[in-house]
Amino acid sequence: MTDSAQSVLIAGQKEKVRRGLDRRLRSERRFRAYGIVAIVLAILMLLFLVGTIVSNGYSAFTQTWIKVDVLLDEELIAPDGETDPETLREDGDFRGALIETLVADYKPEGRAQEDLLVAMFSTEAEWTLQRHVIANPDLIGRKITIWVKSSSDIDQLTKGAVRRDSPESGRKLKDLQLRWYDRMTAENRIETRFNSGFFSSGDSREPEQAGIWGAIVGSFLTMLVTLVLAFPVGLAAAVYLEEFAPKNRLTDLIEVNVNNLAAVPSIVFGLLGLAVFLNFFELPRSAPLVGGMVLALMTLPTIIISGRASLLAVPPSVREAALGLGASRMQVVSHHVLPLAMPGILTGTIIGMARALGETAPLLMIGMVAFIVDIPGGPTDASTVMPVQIYLWADSPERGFVEKTSGAVMVLLVFLIVMNASAVYLRKKFERRW
Amino acid sequence: MDENIAEAIVAAPEADASDAVDAETFRVKMTTRNVNVHYAEKHALRDVTLDIGEREVTALIGPSGCGKSTYLRCLNRMNDTIDICRVTGRLELDGQDIYDDSVDVVQLRASIGMVFQKPNPFPKSIFDNVAYGPRIHGLVSDRADLDQLVEQSLRKAGLFDEVKDRLGDPGTSLSGGQQQRLCIARAIAVGPEVILMDEPCSSLDPIATARIEELIDELRQNYTIVIVTHSMQQAARVSQKTAFFHLGDLIEQGETPQIFTNPRDEKTQGYITGRFG
Ligand SMILES: Nc1ncnc2c1ncn2[C@@H]1O[C@H](COP(=O)(O)OP(=O)(O)O)[C@@H](O)[C@H]1O
Ligand SMILES: [Mg+2]
Repeated sequence: MTDSAQSVLIAGQKEKVRRGLDRRLRSERRFRAYGIVAIVLAILMLLFLVGTIVSNGYSAFTQTWIKVDVLLDEELIAPDGETDPETLREDGDFRGALIETLVADYKPEGRAQEDLLVAMFSTEAEWTLQRHVIANPDLIGRKITIWVKSSSDIDQLTKGAVRRDSPESGRKLKDLQLRWYDRMTAENRIETRFNSGFFSSGDSREPEQAGIWGAIVGSFLTMLVTLVLAFPVGLAAAVYLEEFAPKNRLTDLIEVNVNNLAAVPSIVFGLLGLAVFLNFFELPRSAPLVGGMVLALMTLPTIIISGRASLLAVPPSVREAALGLGASRMQVVSHHVLPLAMPGILTGTIIGMARALGETAPLLMIGMVAFIVDIPGGPTDASTVMPVQIYLWADSPERGFVEKTSGAVMVLLVFLIVMNASAVYLRKKFERRW
Repeated sequence: MDENIAEAIVAAPEADASDAVDAETFRVKMTTRNVNVHYAEKHALRDVTLDIGEREVTALIGPSGCGKSTYLRCLNRMNDTIDICRVTGRLELDGQDIYDDSVDVVQLRASIGMVFQKPNPFPKSIFDNVAYGPRIHGLVSDRADLDQLVEQSLRKAGLFDEVKDRLGDPGTSLSGGQQQRLCIARAIAVGPEVILMDEPCSSLDPIATARIEELIDELRQNYTIVIVTHSMQQAARVSQKTAFFHLGDLIEQGETPQIFTNPRDEKTQGYITGRFG
């Protein structure tokens, strides 16, 4: 082969490589574009979801209050002249006093109009008044100015959710009420405030009085039971299976079944809880204790699987080093392997717990779907949890519960984000230090 | 290759002198008779019979996969941790069968320390790395004793001066060679009689390697050392006895100069002249 022939050949090869290279670069660019499109779509969907929830729900965190002048008529509030808290609470007719003054101010004609007037205020208003008077008994007999919660309908009106131009028969607020409302607005009697009650009260039939605190406490108690049961058991199982158990048919079978359990639909665990914990062991219904036990069963496989993965990720050289120094297997595990695997195990546990926190279906099966007003005081008290509360509110017909539903979703999301963020933080902080 | 090794032997000044001493005081520390090792079906070591002399360095050489590590790990029963591994034959330390039921593995590993191929300090402080062994074996009763033991061990491993101001730093922050010396200090701290080293220099640069080789030569005064190495120069430089393994068989053993200058078996000859391996 002559030199020139060879150089022609080389040039030909270069040309081939160059064309091939173009093709490779093009396909790489195309692939990257697919990836970007996918990410953008995912972000858009997330934004849409979060945007809808926030735009529906942010108003749950505010509440309309109305300023009223109340004559604290002695005959209604303290008919016997006694002003100690006990008597006031028992005998005082605060509702009567409130209505008396309102009627005097707004002059409704007849019983029906009077009812319309009263319906503009929350039924909680009389308790606000009662508390205020009990705290300041020397006000009795005088005319005071006090802020009380509006009814949910008025609240919705303030938030712009009620259309005034629709026919009167089609809306809950009547023209008369709208006129009264406009008069109150003109007199600067309407105010929108932060709805602290949303974070401090339990459930209620009245949207303006309903709060998420009962559900938060219920969720907390449930999660506590879940953690106390699932973490030690899951940890022990993971350590035993990974570090001590012989590798044989039986342990293979156990491994397969643990993996299967992780994929079992959660409602099945609810059915199990119903059959075993409620019907057989006769534990209380609707209780965080039972809810926690059911969720612990559900979380256990997750903890075991992530725990084993973390243990497996600890390099064998660490084990060898300790064994070579004469550490027993137990010492190898407790002094070296477990501390190194712990961040991973905790991460898995937090993620499992976050999943349990958002779980609804199994809890419906064990009766945690009941309407419960009281804040639970312990794990055996009837209670509800956040996702079930959301489910209950989403099911309520009142307009006021729409924003409560989204508001509760936001609270739940905050909890979930905090939990997942702490899992990410743990993972980052303790990432492979060897 | 051949010449390099010959040079290395000539260059090792103590070799002749210590051989003379060894000849007088030679004592067998460990004996192994007809050792066979199976990994499940695989027969990894066949009928290995070898004596390990006290206070000298025995080098195990041979192509990779020939069973050097396997043999080494039989000596402190590290193979116990591998489920599928089965060891037969008689292995003795000072005349005591180390695979006997009455032998406590923990005790055994305290008297036969091990240094691994890749430096593997615990992800703890330098101090805690060295202190770990004494702590679990309850060798010291108070903090002052522990401090002293840690210092002594680090000194013996030739590391103390380099780390004395930062004993609290993580062991993993040291350089590779320092880490390996830390691992040696950690093994020494438990007070072993035998130290097993599995290719201790294979991940180190030449300077760090030279440092470890010097150290091995010093340690020989007090410890019995068995070292696996893939470097024949290293075997020639640091060891007094050499054993050549091939495909699970112990082919030849003897005084290091003899193995390298006048091997009896042609496989040994082939390996040290670089014809295979
Ligand atoms: N844990 C193990 N499981 C199965 N086979 C092994 C194991 N360790 C080593 N072996 C096998 O035993 C033989 C000897 O290995 P080894 O002692 O590590 O060789 P060397 O250290 O001489 O390179 C090799 O063929 C290897 O595949
Ligand atoms: Mg090896």
